Amino acid sequence: MNKDTIIRLERIVKNFPVGTGYFTALNNITLKFEKGEFAGLVGPSGSGKTTLLNIIGSLDTPTEGKASIMDKSLIGLSHKESAQLRSKHIGFIFQTYNLLPVYTVYENVEFTLLLQKVPLSERRKAVMEALEWVGLTDKVNSKPSMLSGGESQRVAIARSMVKKPEVVLADEPTANLDSVNSHHILQTMKKLNEELKVTFIFATHDEKVMQYLSRIISLADGKIVGDTINPNHGSNAQ
Amino acid sequence: MIAFKLAYRNLIGAGLRTWLNVTVLSFAYVVIIFHQGLIDGWHRQGLLDLKAWEVGGGHLWHPAYNRYDPITFQDSHRNIDDKLIKKFNEGQIAPVLVVQASAYPDGRLISVILKGIAPRQEIVSIPTRYLADNNAVNAVIGTRMAKLMKVKEGDNILIRWRDKNGVFDATEVHIIKIFKCDVPSVDNGQIWLSLENLQKMTGLVNEATYFILSESYNEGKTDEWKFIPPSYLTRELDEIIRSKRGGGMIMQGILLIIALLAIFDTQVLSIFRRQREIGTYIALGMTRPQVIGIFTVEGAAHSVFAALAGAVYGIPLFIYLAKYGISFGFGDMGLTLADTLYPYYSLELIFWTVLIVVLAATIVSYLPARRIAKMKPTEALKGKLQ
Ligand SMILES: Nc1ncnc2c1ncn2[C@@H]1O[C@H](COP(=O)(O)OP(=O)(O)OP(=O)(O)O)[C@@H](O)[C@H]1O
Ligand SMILES: [Mg+2]
Repeated sequence: MNKDTIIRLERIVKNFPVGTGYFTALNNITLKFEKGEFAGLVGPSGSGKTTLLNIIGSLDTPTEGKASIMDKSLIGLSHKESAQLRSKHIGFIFQTYNLLPVYTVYENVEFTLLLQKVPLSERRKAVMEALEWVGLTDKVNSKPSMLSGGESQRVAIARSMVKKPEVVLADEPTANLDSVNSHHILQTMKKLNEELKVTFIFATHDEKVMQYLSRIISLADGKIVGDTINPNHGSNAQ
Repeated sequence: MIAFKLAYRNLIGAGLRTWLNVTVLSFAYVVIIFHQGLIDGWHRQGLLDLKAWEVGGGHLWHPAYNRYDPITFQDSHRNIDDKLIKKFNEGQIAPVLVVQASAYPDGRLISVILKGIAPRQEIVSIPTRYLADNNAVNAVIGTRMAKLMKVKEGDNILIRWRDKNGVFDATEVHIIKIFKCDVPSVDNGQIWLSLENLQKMTGLVNEATYFILSESYNEGKTDEWKFIPPSYLTRELDEIIRSKRGGGMIMQGILLIIALLAIFDTQVLSIFRRQREIGTYIALGMTRPQVIGIFTVEGAAHSVFAALAGAVYGIPLFIYLAKYGISFGFGDMGLTLADTLYPYYSLELIFWTVLIVVLAATIVSYLPARRIAKMKPTEALKGKLQ
């Protein structure tokens, strides 16, 4: 086994109950991700991108097949174990940012460290560092409602990165952003991917995102229909 | 810790709805504490009055004596032995002789109870010192009795009674003093004479029906006399207090339930509206019990805010009422009840009220939050449940 393989998926099937029968959202998916990849799941709406990302993030379980992250099986985890896994090793970035509206920028980023009971001084340092990565040190005390979409997503990136996770899962992170902001956050993520060797997996149908991906996995109707290395990734970045 | 901070922020952030809930719940606190405090104050005052005017440290009764049944009076007196005389001289006991009689104020007939009491006694507050002169038949009566008989100090009234042989006798008694007290049972229907006079009038020389004991009396019971503890003598008041307390609880319960329903409703709504937030908590690595904890604390925090809000307007109100009392102008209801009641707010009352309300608020906050345990984070993140 390659010890740099961080995620393994074998013959993943996901069925959703619909009416009396079921709908197959993922059909026999076998995939591996290496540490430090900047990969993306692309495909039309309904092709199963989010479903697959949720399984990798241990927010959902496959109907059939094997899945593991860092050699830890995702099958049969208790709620507590999967919470632990997400808290320590997996960062999420959502299309809708999902910041806690009652918390300041600083507190939003600090949140996952509080969950892990990181001591105050360490926490402060890590939060400020993460806000530096995304260039928001001047907004520490702002509330999410006062931020632009691009700024909000940068806070979400800082929040997902502050715990230095192994994997960051980003579901349509640019869908609500204009072109300038999309490029800005993609550049930020690409930089963090290179500097911190964090594995990024996107789900997207945004051309702008694809430009940055080093690997593009195409899904259609719950099946993998393409898995290619993107030779000129980053070349077109502004 | 996280839960408390989040709860605080979310509640402040929720604005009007939070303050409505908090206001209603703070009313519940204030009304419960006000009403229970009023009843506690009445009880305390009533017990003090009873002790001061009637009960002392308990009684010693002739075994046949029943204060509610005048038929028993004829056969419930006996000789005061030397031991008891000694106790009386030490100020430990006050002998009382009870005789049934009729009074004829203005020619009307009123059934009365004559009570002969040693004028020197200082155990109860009845102004018996006015009865010291045994050359005249002087009497002290309470304001209720004075009103009933339409007499004033200085008036004379005719009374008629049977002596020990059952022979009727009659005399004029001189009302030397009218006293005011909040204990109806030493006032209504009672005419207080000196013990010696009543003994002479009835031929029951050196006899008594019961003794009022001082607080320091600790002789225990004797064969001739039955010890009646203070708790027996105050049980009527205790009974009334119990029923008043119960009656108040219905109203307080309804108010509390309204407040709790408002919190419950808020919880249901906020859990429904904040699904995406719930999904985010789980994605960030919180366990479901932790998320339930956040929402439970948030709902329960209403009760803490309400306690603070209630304190802001309740404490000045309570202090004012405890100082100046509340005048209800009840008139006479035959209850041991002063004209002005001074509510009494014990720490115990406040502690239990806060504890019960916080507990109840926690439960109604927890119940809807349990739903989170069954939520799928993937669905919650879409914000599309239900
Ligand atoms: N809980 C569910 N119950 C039933 N069907 C579901 C459920 N979740 C997803 N599906 C179906 O599974 C399929 C894949 O959904 P998924 O959300 O993974 O698509 P996607 O590729 O992310 O699409 P999009 O680009 O629109 O986000 C869709 O057809 C969807 O309707
Ligand atoms: Mg999707």
